[in-house]
Amino acid sequence: MDFELSSDQQALAEGMRAFCDGRFAMATVRSLEDVGIERGLWRELAEMGVFSLRLPEGAGGVGLGWADAALAFEELGRALVPGPLVWTHLAAGLVPGAAEGTVVVTGTWRDEPTGVIPFAGIADAVVVLDDGGVWLVDGADLVVDPVALPLDPWTPCGVVQGQLPQGRQIGDAHAAAALRRGGAALVAAQLLGLAEASTDLSVAFARERVQFDRPIGTFQALKHLMADMLVRTEVARSAVYAAGVTLDDPEVGDADRAVAAAKVTATEAALGNAKTCIQVHGGMGYTWEVDAHLFFKRAYALAPEFGSVDDWSELLADLLDAAG
Amino acid sequence: MDLRYSEAELAFRAELRAWLAEVLPTLPPKPDPDDWPARRAFDTGWQRLLFEAGYAGINWPTEVGGRGATLTEQLIYLEETTRAGAPYVGVNFVGLLHAGPTLMTEASDEQKAAHLPRILRGDEVWCQGFSEPGAGSDLAALSCRAELDGDEYVITGQKIWTSFAQVADYGELLVRTDPDAPKHKGITWLILPMDIPGIEIRPLQTIVGSTEFSEVFFDEARVPVANRVGAENDGWRIAMVTFSFERGTAFISDLVETDRMISDLVALAKKVTRRSATAWDDKALRREVGRMQADMDALWALTKRNLAQADRHGVPGPGGSVVKLYYSELLQRLTDLAMQILDRASLSRTDVAGLGSGAFVEERLRSTSFTIAAGTSQIQRNIVAERILGLPKDR
Repeated sequence: MDFELSSDQQALAEGMRAFCDGRFAMATVRSLEDVGIERGLWRELAEMGVFSLRLPEGAGGVGLGWADAALAFEELGRALVPGPLVWTHLAAGLVPGAAEGTVVVTGTWRDEPTGVIPFAGIADAVVVLDDGGVWLVDGADLVVDPVALPLDPWTPCGVVQGQLPQGRQIGDAHAAAALRRGGAALVAAQLLGLAEASTDLSVAFARERVQFDRPIGTFQALKHLMADMLVRTEVARSAVYAAGVTLDDPEVGDADRAVAAAKVTATEAALGNAKTCIQVHGGMGYTWEVDAHLFFKRAYALAPEFGSVDDWSELLADLLDAAG
Repeated sequence: MDLRYSEAELAFRAELRAWLAEVLPTLPPKPDPDDWPARRAFDTGWQRLLFEAGYAGINWPTEVGGRGATLTEQLIYLEETTRAGAPYVGVNFVGLLHAGPTLMTEASDEQKAAHLPRILRGDEVWCQGFSEPGAGSDLAALSCRAELDGDEYVITGQKIWTSFAQVADYGELLVRTDPDAPKHKGITWLILPMDIPGIEIRPLQTIVGSTEFSEVFFDEARVPVANRVGAENDGWRIAMVTFSFERGTAFISDLVETDRMISDLVALAKKVTRRSATAWDDKALRREVGRMQADMDALWALTKRNLAQADRHGVPGPGGSVVKLYYSELLQRLTDLAMQILDRASLSRTDVAGLGSGAFVEERLRSTSFTIAAGTSQIQRNIVAERILGLPKDR
């Protein structure tokens, strides 16, 4: 047993961070406000392997596993890279063009009651998950009303008008369950990245900002807030990495249980840390120009994806019930 | 990243499990918690059994007679012994996990030979004389004096929170030898024989009613200079060495117990009736328990990460403070939820109506100490903020 990143995994994470620093600097991310996706940048993500990471090498992929993908998505979350990244990643190999970045794929689950779909009206295709399987709806077959004021300006959404089309079946029930599980793990990784980045932003600010003749990071009231940010992050990181490893090697544990722990702890870390980040910044944290609100809004935008904290907590309770 | 156990690790687990299955049924019944001589006999008897089976000092190097187990083997050892309900380290705690490791790295060969084998065999019990009424979180402010008189230190002052003082043979004692030096520079580490004149032990009663902690008063007690470990006034550094011996295994037993407690809580919730349904039929309660299980599983994964980091880099990562902070608060949340479920049954510290309620009520009381002992949660947060996040010091 060695639950530490391998040197290859270390290199993967560093490479992805360098890519994000270079191509998704905050100024670039800011420029994507209201649109979320820029096709040229989307293809660069594809060239970086974001979508094809887990496809076998024979199918034009990189042949890596879920744990590796989690490391990559952690960095994407950290850099606030917008777009239906996880859905398109899951669609690679199922939807032509997804892996190559020429087709943007978003997704939903059929019993979602409100019809709100992130990037509907922008994405080329929509994957629909239900108990019966995986379905593909062409973007052109969907009538959507754009959300006038999305919570996260980098996550524009559409509301489906009328019945969600049945679509063409591209996977069975087993595949649908696997996509939901894997999707939850990768969104958890993005949330982990958000939790980290909002901690870093808070710490940097608290070291610089002077009040009462000293940096505000000197005050224990603020130190303890930020200590809790780190604690939540490290707890979530452990669960996210364990989920990746368990998806790759089901013999080491129950994959549903591992993913549940990841999604629950990473959602709570991202939301808790983003909220604290605004608080640490004081009045400036309430302004559009400071990045704190970007983490807050993105955390809320990702929280419902592939099952909420409540959904996965119930699953854990059911597993406990079955074991007892 | 790899969470698979190797063949050797699986074999270690199987062998240990078989041994535990054989030996645990032969143990005498657990003694009354307030009968300290009986508790000493029970705990040291268990230590002797471990010694004879080759499991004593699981984390001690082989050079000093320990098992020299890898960190993963230590994880397995703590997991299996806890799951099997084997006796806790008990009165051997300070000797095996605190004083012993300090002696290993800092003591003279004579001192090592005199104590280490006896600690391993369960022949010698140690206690700790570090904290004082005026030196808790600020341990370096300690003022218990030791003045040199010929070849003896004459000790006057008071210690507090000394566990197992009633039955200890020796104590690891921090004393002030230079009151004029800066506070960290005037402290000395002594081996204190507990049977010398001038020592008075007064047990404290905890909120649970237990008496494991004592106050220890010194009135010109005389300790030979030969009992000094390391140089005079170098005691603070030596005390810190002890803490660095901890490699991320400290809370493994507690985590295993807490994991079981979550399962027990589910069983309890299924038995408790509220109006026409059981507590477990309450969806909000189920979700809350599910969240706690998520936290628990994440902490278990964090422990494995800490061990891997300690293995690679020689020192554990930031994990120690993180695990302690999160775990202690999780346990309090969990037992608090149990109290809510129990409702009036929580008024009894022993089982009511076949619910198995007593253990939860006890643990609710006991767990209040977990955010205080071994560095309060507030001190832990300072450590995380200053040493990990690099926030500026206030002092």
